[in-house]
Amino acid sequence: MTIILTSILFAAGLGVLLAVIIGAAAKAFAVESDPRIETVTDMLPGANCGGCGYAGCADFAKAIVEGRADPSLCPVAPPESAGRIAEYLGITTQEKEKVIAVVRCAGDCAATVRSPYNGVGDCRSAALVAGGGKGCDYGCIGFASCARACPFDAIEMRDGLAVVHPELCVGCGKCVETCPKNLIILAPAAVDVHVYCNSPEKGALKRKVCKTACIACRKCVKAADSEEQMTIKGFLVETNYSSPPLPDLVEKAACPTTALRLATKHAAGAYEGVSK
Amino acid sequence: MSDKPRKFKGGVHPNDSKALSASKAVVNAPLLDKYTVIINQHIGAPLEVVVKKGDVVKKGQLLAKATGFVSVPLHSPTSGTVTALEKCPGPACVSVPSIEITADGNDEWGSPFEPIADWQNAEPAALKQRVSDAGIVGMGGAGFPSHVKLSPTKPVDTLILNGAECEPYLTADHRLMLEQAEDVVLGAAILARILGLKTAVIGVENNKPDAIEALNKVAAKYSVKVQGLRVNYPQGAEKQLIYALTGREVPIGGLPMDVGCVVQNVASAIAVYEAVVKGHPSIERITTVTGEPLVNPGNWRFRIGTPISKALELAGGINVQPAKLLLGGPMMGMAQNSLDVTVMKNTSGILLIPVETVSQYTSEPCIRCGKCVTACPMDILPATISQAVENGRFDWAEQLNVLACIECGSCSYLCPSRRPLNQHFKRAKAEIMAARRKQQKK
Repeated sequence: MTIILTSILFAAGLGVLLAVIIGAAAKAFAVESDPRIETVTDMLPGANCGGCGYAGCADFAKAIVEGRADPSLCPVAPPESAGRIAEYLGITTQEKEKVIAVVRCAGDCAATVRSPYNGVGDCRSAALVAGGGKGCDYGCIGFASCARACPFDAIEMRDGLAVVHPELCVGCGKCVETCPKNLIILAPAAVDVHVYCNSPEKGALKRKVCKTACIACRKCVKAADSEEQMTIKGFLVETNYSSPPLPDLVEKAACPTTALRLATKHAAGAYEGVSK
Repeated sequence: MSDKPRKFKGGVHPNDSKALSASKAVVNAPLLDKYTVIINQHIGAPLEVVVKKGDVVKKGQLLAKATGFVSVPLHSPTSGTVTALEKCPGPACVSVPSIEITADGNDEWGSPFEPIADWQNAEPAALKQRVSDAGIVGMGGAGFPSHVKLSPTKPVDTLILNGAECEPYLTADHRLMLEQAEDVVLGAAILARILGLKTAVIGVENNKPDAIEALNKVAAKYSVKVQGLRVNYPQGAEKQLIYALTGREVPIGGLPMDVGCVVQNVASAIAVYEAVVKGHPSIERITTVTGEPLVNPGNWRFRIGTPISKALELAGGINVQPAKLLLGGPMMGMAQNSLDVTVMKNTSGILLIPVETVSQYTSEPCIRCGKCVTACPMDILPATISQAVENGRFDWAEQLNVLACIECGSCSYLCPSRRPLNQHFKRAKAEIMAARRKQQKK
């Protein structure tokens, strides 16, 4: 009986002693932390994609609270979420335009294969040894490095071509740096008309290796409401994103190679096999 | 220097297949109607083109001039007219700028350089200037400007001529040493004079006894030494060659001059001889056109700008469909996808590989057998590095000294799991160098 009693008393005494030590230590070594950081972290999407440029959502929240970052930098959250964070912290936020990634190539494997490739299935590795198996030096290599980098599964590989789904893409830009051919750009989400070609070669050379290359025939430039809406760079036409054309341009221009496409219809696969 | 060459660590013994073309004497390739000369044939600063479309050029006339120290000029392979300045397929499967020369058939020299017949008494600086003006690069494959290697910033006591030719199938250097032994030795003597040295050593693998004999006949006259080397791939790699001949190890990230050596290819030595004694710029080279699918493999002296399709025609065409076309040897050569790629100053071989020797495989996981580790001549750990690369950890790869890799391919050759080790290292090196450039910009 005494043994049991002694044990209980000893354990209780030890408990009290340790509690006092822990309590004192907690006071002495307390880390000042801003409770707002946790709240802001909860208000962020929690995808930890890194699209804002910080190491995950918690780091970003810390930067916002410390005034080093703007809440609108988060590409994933809707604009009203940034507004809510700003309201909670009593700061002002900038209105940010939503952007999406555009892979400026429409050449799938069927269109442009030149030689079999039997190496590492990664675009950056393939670009080092032979540029993959496709005929065009400037187009999508098709080994899905961008699709693997996408935290939101917004890039689909369709017969060796990376296709962005605009409704899934949040414009974090993770894919942009993985592409060895620098094919991917971040374009305003409000613009739907893009030129799906990146080759600066002459039209005839491009057509030799790809059916869907932009040959700079200027049909779209003429059909646009104003010529400024499409800019010509050498043998390549680009959408002028600061004064973009309306989606009906694609129909009006009737691009002979279907390089001019709507991002939404391109994602839905509406252009397959329509090149003349 | 000991008389017995050392054995460097590792290496492999692939079937050398040199018998296909080793006994075929070098033939001058006939003059073509058209040459498509790739502008940047060297490693270094890109050239500035000095001709325009429609210009009439003579053989040996300057087409593009050097824009920096690590850069060499380009000369016309024949006389004729510049008919196009366009892009053509390059050796790395991307289009590169080129100059198309339509020959007039006269093959007439323009005003080449003044021959320096009395080179024994010429200023070393003048000789070096000639090497640079003549556009001479490392003709063994790398294409690094020769005059840069001849300007060491550290004291040098050994000049090594690389006649190892350890790549299977290739016999261009072999034939060159056999048929132009005296020119090689003279080139070596000129190079030695540029470096202020009395002597040079020519390293030749022991599988070319006739070449060693031919060189030995003339070498003593110019106090050049010929040294037989063990047959072991990659014996012709710069660092392995230096170790075999001198026992010195080039530090990681270092250059041969760090251990007092300069290494030049034997074909480059001949180019030096021709530039100095004859006044000819570097516009031709000996290339082996070989492979089992060819009817008549052999060695030809091609002008730069000769399309591969013409070279294959000279070799009698093919009798069976090949699986692969490589520029260079089977170990380090680059696979091509166009027959319009043209011969460059560093094209040592044009090789067709038959279907049965190219296995279509999928790479399997590493079984940790360690074959790659024993084979690696640079003493790094290919298996571990490749795993780091597969996981995107280029920082680990860097710690494991992937930058020391010479991309000889010995590890990939031996790997029973068929892992693409060499390609992984290429990737890692590219990523690390890109990251360093980014860091420097900041």
